[in-house]
Amino acid sequence: MKLKKKIALIDQHNKFGFWGGKFGGSFIPETLKKPVEDLTKKFQKLRKDKKFLKKRDFYFKNYVGSPTSFIKLEKLTDHLNGAQIWAKVVSEANGGAHKIYNATVHALICKSMGKKYIVGDTGAGYAGKMLSMAAKKFGLKCKIFMGAKDIKRQKPNCDAMRKNGAEIIPVYSGSQTLVDAVSECMRYWVSNCDNTHMCVGSTVGPNIFVKICGWSTAQISRELKIQIKDEFKKIPKKIKLINCVGGGSSAYGFWSNFIDYDKKQVELIGVEAGGPENSKLHAAPLSRNAKIGILHGAASYVCQNKDGQIEETESISAGLDYPGVSPIHCFLKDTRRARYTYATDEEALNAYKMVTHFENLNPSLEPSHAFAEAIKIAPKLNKETIIIVNSCGDAKKDRDIIKQKLGKY
Amino acid sequence: MSNSLINISFKNAKKENRPALLTYTVAGDNTKKKSLEILKSISEYADICELGFPHNTPIADGGQIQTSAYRAIKNGIQINDVFSIVKSFKKTKKNKPIILMGYYNMIYQFNENKFIKKCKESKVDGLIVVDLPYPENKIFASKCKKKKINFIQLISPTTSKKRRNQIIKDSHDMIYYISMLSTTGGKLKVSPKKILQEYTKIKKQNKLKNIVIGFGITEKTIKSLKKADGLVVGSAICKEITNSIKKRQNTVTNVTNVVKRLKNKIK
Repeated sequence: MKLKKKIALIDQHNKFGFWGGKFGGSFIPETLKKPVEDLTKKFQKLRKDKKFLKKRDFYFKNYVGSPTSFIKLEKLTDHLNGAQIWAKVVSEANGGAHKIYNATVHALICKSMGKKYIVGDTGAGYAGKMLSMAAKKFGLKCKIFMGAKDIKRQKPNCDAMRKNGAEIIPVYSGSQTLVDAVSECMRYWVSNCDNTHMCVGSTVGPNIFVKICGWSTAQISRELKIQIKDEFKKIPKKIKLINCVGGGSSAYGFWSNFIDYDKKQVELIGVEAGGPENSKLHAAPLSRNAKIGILHGAASYVCQNKDGQIEETESISAGLDYPGVSPIHCFLKDTRRARYTYATDEEALNAYKMVTHFENLNPSLEPSHAFAEAIKIAPKLNKETIIIVNSCGDAKKDRDIIKQKLGKY
Repeated sequence: MSNSLINISFKNAKKENRPALLTYTVAGDNTKKKSLEILKSISEYADICELGFPHNTPIADGGQIQTSAYRAIKNGIQINDVFSIVKSFKKTKKNKPIILMGYYNMIYQFNENKFIKKCKESKVDGLIVVDLPYPENKIFASKCKKKKINFIQLISPTTSKKRRNQIIKDSHDMIYYISMLSTTGGKLKVSPKKILQEYTKIKKQNKLKNIVIGFGITEKTIKSLKKADGLVVGSAICKEITNSIKKRQNTVTNVTNVVKRLKNKIK
C-alpha cells in the first residue's frame, strides 16, 4: 500500500472506490446506486468547471470568510517552554467551524442538480447548523437528522438550525448519537432520492461523499500553506500539524496540501476521542486498533464486536463520537504517513482550560483533543519545531457541558 | 441451478396458478427459540422463508424491521445462532427453501468463504445482501453459485436499463424487485399497476428468472400484485410480532394467522 505524489489523496482510489485496495468503496442498497452515480458524474464535471470553481471561491471568500487567521499562541508557547505553538483559527469561518466548507459545496451541487431539498446528518450540530445556513442562503428546503442525545447536549446549535428554518428530525434508535443520525439520514435518502440531495457531514460514507467533503475542506490547507510561507518565508524544517479526528473532515482539509512532504519535515498527527478515563468505551478506531468493517457504505476501521455489530461509543465531544472513521485516514494510517493517537475526555477538558486561560481563543471540545496532544508533546520539543493546531470549532455550542464540568464557561 | 429448492417452489406455486409467498422474519426475534417456532409454523403457508440475520446499523430497513432486529440483538442473538436456527429448521422441513438476508459487514467479519461454507452446512438455499450491489457483488455471487447457493440480486425503480440488463444476466434463479423508493415497510406509494409494468419489463428480459416483488406489501395490498412470480412480506409480519408481544399474546399463533390470511388472498 503506497501513497502517490502530486495526486490529491481523495483521488487515489481504484475503480471500485477503494483507497489502498481496501478502504472506502460504496456499500449501498441498489436504490442508491443511480443517485450516487449521478452525483459522481456531476461532481466530476463541476470540479473541472471554471464557472463552478469561481462560484465556490466567491462564496468561500465572501460567505465563509476565507482566509481564516493563522496565529502564534505566544503565552501558551512560553508556558510550555518547548516547541512553538500556532493555531489555524478555522472556527472564525462563518458559523463557527470547518463544516461550512462542505455544506456550502453541497448546497451549490444540490442547486446545480436542480434539486430543491437537502438533507444531512449531524453530531455536534455544526454540520447541521452549517447545512441549514447554506440551505437558507441558496433557497433550499432542509432537514437535519440528529441523535436525541446530541439534541440535548448541543442545544445552541439546534437553536441555530431551527432559526435558519431547518427541520430537525430527532433519531431515537440505537445510541441516539451521530451513528444513528447518519443511518436515518441514509434511509431517508433511500426513500426520497428522486428529489432530494444528501449531504454527508464528514469524509465518511460512500466514496463520492468522502471525495466531495475532502475537496471542500481542502480549502483549509490551501490557505495555510500560503500563510506559512508568508510567515516563515518557506516551509520550516519541522512542522507538526495536529488535528482532532472523528469522521476526519477537518483533519483531511488541514493536511491535504502537506501530504506530499516527507513526514520528517511535516508530521501529521490525528487525535481521536479516547472517551472518559474510567470507561471502556471510546471513539478511537484508528489509535485503539479496531478491525476493518463496513459502516454507512464504506470500509474503514470501525469499533465493532466479533459478529460485526457496531459498538456504542462514548466521548464528551459529540463531533468525535462516531464508531467509524474516514477511509482516507485508514489509508494514511496504514501507509504510516499520519500518526494517530487519542486524548481522553479529561485531557481534552484540561487542554480547554489551559488554552482559554492563556489565550484569547475558545476551541470547542473537538479541537481541545488536538490541543491536549500539543500540550503533551510541546515541552519535549525544541523551539525551532512548529506545532500547528487546527482550532476547527468554537466552544459556544459546548457552553452547557463546560459549565457543568468546569464550573464556569 | 434449475433443480434448486427455490426454483421448485416457484414451479409448484405456478402449478396452483398463484404467486409464491415469501415471508421475512428476523432470526432471534424475539428469542432464538421463538423465532424457530415462528419459522416452522409459518412455513406451512409460506413457499420460501427469508430469515434476517440482524445488524444494528441497518441502513435500508424501516421502523418495523429495525425494531425486530434490535430486539433480537438485545436478546443475545449471534451469527452462529442464526445458522443453528436454519439447521434445526431444515431437520423437519428439508424441502422448504431458506434465504438468509442481511448486511455485508456480518459476512465480512465472519469471512466470506467461511460464511458460504457455513451456509452450505446448514442447508441455506439463498442469500440476499442488502448493501452489496452489482458489480461489487460479482466475486461473492460467483462463490455462492459454485456452492449452489442462490445469490439474489436486487433491482429497484432507480436501476437504469443498462444496469438492469447486466444484473439480470448475472442473476441466479431469483431476482428481487424493490417496488418503490423506500426503506422496508414503507407505505405503498406507487400504484400496483405501475409496479407491475416495471416488473413486466424485467420479466420480459428473461422469462426463466423468478421475479419477486417486495417492500410495502401488506394484507391490504398483496392481492393487487398477484401477477408476479412471488411476493415478499416482511415488515407486516415483524409488526405483528411487536404487537403480539405488547398485548402479551401468542406470537406464533398470531403471526401464523397473518401468513395464512396473506396466502388466502393470493390463492
